[in-house]
Amino acid sequence: MNTTRRQFTLLAAGASIALVTPARATPEKMKLAVDAFTGGKPVKEGRVKFDISLLVENGNSVPLSVLVDSPMTKDNHVTRIGIFNEKNPLPDVAIFNLTPRSGRAQVATRMRLNDTQFITAIAEMSDGTYFSAKSEVIVTMPACVEE
Amino acid sequence: MNRLACLVVVIGMALPAFAQDARKSGFDYMGPDTQAMQKDDLANPGMLSVLEGETLWNTPTGKAQKSCAACHGDATQSMKGVAARYPAMDDKTQSAIDLAGRIIQCRVERQEAPAPQREGRELLSLSAFVGRQSRDMPISPPQDAKLAATRAQGAALYSARMGQLNFSCAQCHDDNAGGHLGAAPIPQAHPNGYPLYRLEWQSLGSLQRRFRNCMSGMRAEPFAAGSTEAIALEAFLMERAAGMKLETPAVRP
Amino acid sequence: MARALINVPAKSKRGEIIEIKTLMSHPMETGFRPGMDGQLIPRDIIEKFVCTYNGEVVFSAQLHPAITANPFISFTTIATESGTLVFSWTDNKGETQVQTASIQVE
Repeated sequence: MNTTRRQFTLLAAGASIALVTPARATPEKMKLAVDAFTGGKPVKEGRVKFDISLLVENGNSVPLSVLVDSPMTKDNHVTRIGIFNEKNPLPDVAIFNLTPRSGRAQVATRMRLNDTQFITAIAEMSDGTYFSAKSEVIVTMPACVEE
Repeated sequence: MNRLACLVVVIGMALPAFAQDARKSGFDYMGPDTQAMQKDDLANPGMLSVLEGETLWNTPTGKAQKSCAACHGDATQSMKGVAARYPAMDDKTQSAIDLAGRIIQCRVERQEAPAPQREGRELLSLSAFVGRQSRDMPISPPQDAKLAATRAQGAALYSARMGQLNFSCAQCHDDNAGGHLGAAPIPQAHPNGYPLYRLEWQSLGSLQRRFRNCMSGMRAEPFAAGSTEAIALEAFLMERAAGMKLETPAVRP
Repeated sequence: MARALINVPAKSKRGEIIEIKTLMSHPMETGFRPGMDGQLIPRDIIEKFVCTYNGEVVFSAQLHPAITANPFISFTTIATESGTLVFSWTDNKGETQVQTASIQVE
């Protein structure tokens, strides 16, 4: 596992390539991803509670949880929760499929964040309506990166 | 005047006895999310390696077709406190050996298996599993006079300026501990949670990987894993952290 | 030898909403990172996660490269009857890893 001078040079070259890699989501690309999720239907703010830290220590692992206000009955429940971002290489993060057997519309996971940005959670209801919440996350850069 | 000087001296001498231990684990510098991740065994990704290490511990291997458990039995008993005592003196070679080195030695000499790679998954998982058995126990470096030279070498390395940036470990981790490098807090560099899951690595890694990380940051040539220098620095840091509790597998940003 | 940590409450009451936590050992290699040779490391991610409860799907998820290495997913379900929960993680090459947990409902 020793890094030779040549490997180090290659790594450094790789790192600078990574910095100029153009592939990146944008708020516009995120909107396309959201439209694909909702079928272009309107999204209202509210009913979704987003729990994510404003300031994170490392963008490689950012804990988040989403709780949607819903009775979770057969006739009235959350069917899907989608998470989207505007600055990672891809706008999609995850889609969670819920059922009335979920009991509560609550999920938690950990995500990667390329940079300080807004994260959006959208809940799809069984009646075909959509609700959302948005949260800004500030990512601090670790001081000593290895690779 | 003299009396005042005397008083100052007396206070100065008495303070260490009253002063609380000023040493802080890297855990104390972390945000609540990362602390919560370490504290919950079902959310701590380091526990995946402990789980894998447990399987390896019980699996016969090598020409001897012996498992670790075949000699050492129940690790929760036999390995309790072991990680807190390394690096130790190896009687056979009369040199200091770290815990990973001891595991390699067992693999090769007693199980007659190929030597596991430093920083490889097998060695890290076994180290994490063995280390986990000492969690919450105080670091207890062996009272072995033969280790004095190794510790002295480690202390010298800790204070030595290295690399193109001409920094020493002590300049960051003693003189500026509690400050920041960029946005990241500078911890006191206590080795009390290794092997640990570092979010930056997205995996488990050893203390010696952490050395490599710091040293490449200083633009110095990193110590080879398992080298005399790396083990000496580890022995010095363990002595410096004596009495602090082990957190293996810790989580760090 | 990928393995998962799964937390299902040992005992639950009928009708109770229980929280299930899963942590899967997986690199979640994004496909966007260059390796030692400067070439991109191929994508290797879990794409689909499914939980069935006595054969019925109660929760599933689609994951993208933005999910962390060693993916953590937590969700809830109603404890209906004693039985088996089956968890499966499928990667982008179509390989599936399965782990089960039993549930006791009183």
